[in-house]
Amino acid sequence: MAASEQKTVLQFPPSFSSTLSAKVHPLVIFNICDCYVRRPDQAERVIGTLLGSVLPDGTVDIRNSYAVPHNESSGQVALDIDYHHNLLLSHQKVNPKEVIVGWYSTGLGVTGGSALIHEFYSREVPNPIHLTVDTGFRNGEGTIKAYVSVNLSLGDRPLAAQFQEVPLDLRMVEAERIGFDVLKSTMVDKIPSDLEGMEISMQRLLALIDDVYKYVDDVVEGHTAPDNNIGRFISDTVASLPKLSPPAFDKLVNDNVQDHLLLLYLSSITRTQLSLAEKLNTAAQIL
Amino acid sequence: MANTTTPTMARSFLQVAATEEVAPPLRAVQIEGLVVLKIIKHCKELSPSLVTGQLLGLDVGSVLEVTNCFPFPIREEDEEIEAEGANYQLEMMRCLREVNVDNNTVGWYQSMLFGCFQTVELIETFMNYQENIKRCVCIIYDPSRANQGVLALKALKLSDSFMDLYRSNNFTGEKLREKNLSWVDIFEEIPIKVSNSALISAFMTELEDDTPVTQCDYDRLQLSTSPYLERNVEFLIECMDDLSIEQQKFQYYYRNLSRQQAQQQAWLQKRRSENMSRKAAGEEPLPEEDPSNPVFKPIPEPSRLDSFLITNQIANYCNQINGYVTDLKDRLISYPGFWAELQPIIFDEGLA
Repeated sequence: MAASEQKTVLQFPPSFSSTLSAKVHPLVIFNICDCYVRRPDQAERVIGTLLGSVLPDGTVDIRNSYAVPHNESSGQVALDIDYHHNLLLSHQKVNPKEVIVGWYSTGLGVTGGSALIHEFYSREVPNPIHLTVDTGFRNGEGTIKAYVSVNLSLGDRPLAAQFQEVPLDLRMVEAERIGFDVLKSTMVDKIPSDLEGMEISMQRLLALIDDVYKYVDDVVEGHTAPDNNIGRFISDTVASLPKLSPPAFDKLVNDNVQDHLLLLYLSSITRTQLSLAEKLNTAAQIL
Repeated sequence: MANTTTPTMARSFLQVAATEEVAPPLRAVQIEGLVVLKIIKHCKELSPSLVTGQLLGLDVGSVLEVTNCFPFPIREEDEEIEAEGANYQLEMMRCLREVNVDNNTVGWYQSMLFGCFQTVELIETFMNYQENIKRCVCIIYDPSRANQGVLALKALKLSDSFMDLYRSNNFTGEKLREKNLSWVDIFEEIPIKVSNSALISAFMTELEDDTPVTQCDYDRLQLSTSPYLERNVEFLIECMDDLSIEQQKFQYYYRNLSRQQAQQQAWLQKRRSENMSRKAAGEEPLPEEDPSNPVFKPIPEPSRLDSFLITNQIANYCNQINGYVTDLKDRLISYPGFWAELQPIIFDEGLA
């Protein structure tokens, strides 16, 4: 009797994770670091939920997070589920568009306990993202990685869950980019005023233009190999400057400056008028 | 010897309990970067509607530390939802306590557009908070200025003299002159410091973009100004209208007052002449005052609180316009120089 041998094949499901990527807002990193610093003494790592939304092109946008108290002992992990749900409801009252998109943990790499937690989260959300933030700086740098779990099955039997890494993008909104210098240092004495900020921006712009100028010089003199793409880019940028003759440009600028000076004058007058009016209003009544 | 005590011995317990501790004046507000980011995110997501949230932290000497915050859901003006709002607050505080976050309320934050935050509601909220907490602060964030590359964060506190006056609810000219209070003294602005834990600054330094191109914030160098300036001037004009209405109220009051005084004088004259005639006739002179006469009813003086607040708003708008225009003027003046330097490079060297 010819017994047809059933070949069991290790199946890898089609990797959809190649199109999936994640974007993280710096607020999430701040939250995680803060929770890590405040963790109870006996805990080695912090675990929490990630909130955000899934963008139409499939990327997961991670916008907020909160820590969930948990207990970890050898092989067993206990997560405070009530707390998790309570906080989720509270957060959704403020911003109903934020839903669970995954969970995070501090520490490098994925441990055995993580698989259990990941299973719990996959019951809440179809494809949770697992974010690890290495607060221990074990590789000499703070690595932030995102993983998606993929089920490995042998034939029909589920074998293991494999955590596959997903490209991560640290995205910063303009408002946050402004305050970035402020956020970088441990203590800033005052919030930078407009003028200082503008000075810094101008200096950076000047430095950039200097670099480009040097590059063009080098290419012309033959020190660097010319790159057509860069050349085209530079010429596009330069061509986008409006062609104005110097007198026309001067007139434009002067008119603008005069308008603004007029406004300045008006507002200063208003201010003096205000102090006068106030003095008159509370002056003693002579009857 | 046992019974020789030096004069610098510790005071007895009773003495210490009796002396009230004088809190040092609030000199600075120290905010964590985390709180700044949270406030920015919350205000921006739900702009243009105004949002509020609670600040949590510690009160340490002359510095108020703000270490965490949470946003409030937008509340409708409904009685039942008031209780829900309180529940939400309690729930959040309880949950945050479990993760070792500082649980003290130290104030609240709110967003405002174009700087119009001087309202009576703000003052009332302040008074409410002040009853429970010794020191509270309000942080105001203006999301509209983020487009110009400015972090518009302000920490405000009501001045003590103003609070006393508000409690007695007496804003007549006399009282104000007594306390030497003018419209600048209502709100006190406190300098803000930003602090970060070492872990976070390590992470941020590392995650900084390496390419200098993306590091440059071009938003700040924009020359288009009209929308922001126009809105500011619009608000300024509206406030001027309000102020003129308030001033008319005062003028009306003063006119009434002087008219009433003239009436009082006339009545008094009549009384006096009557008394004279009575004395001549030998009768009892009538009293010179008659409180039941409507002529003597004191006219209430209108409260100056509104006009003060409006004046404050106008001053704020003026300041904003001033600051913005000076900024712009500097930019515009520096640009021709910039342009003059660039022109030979670009046009003459045949790049364009």
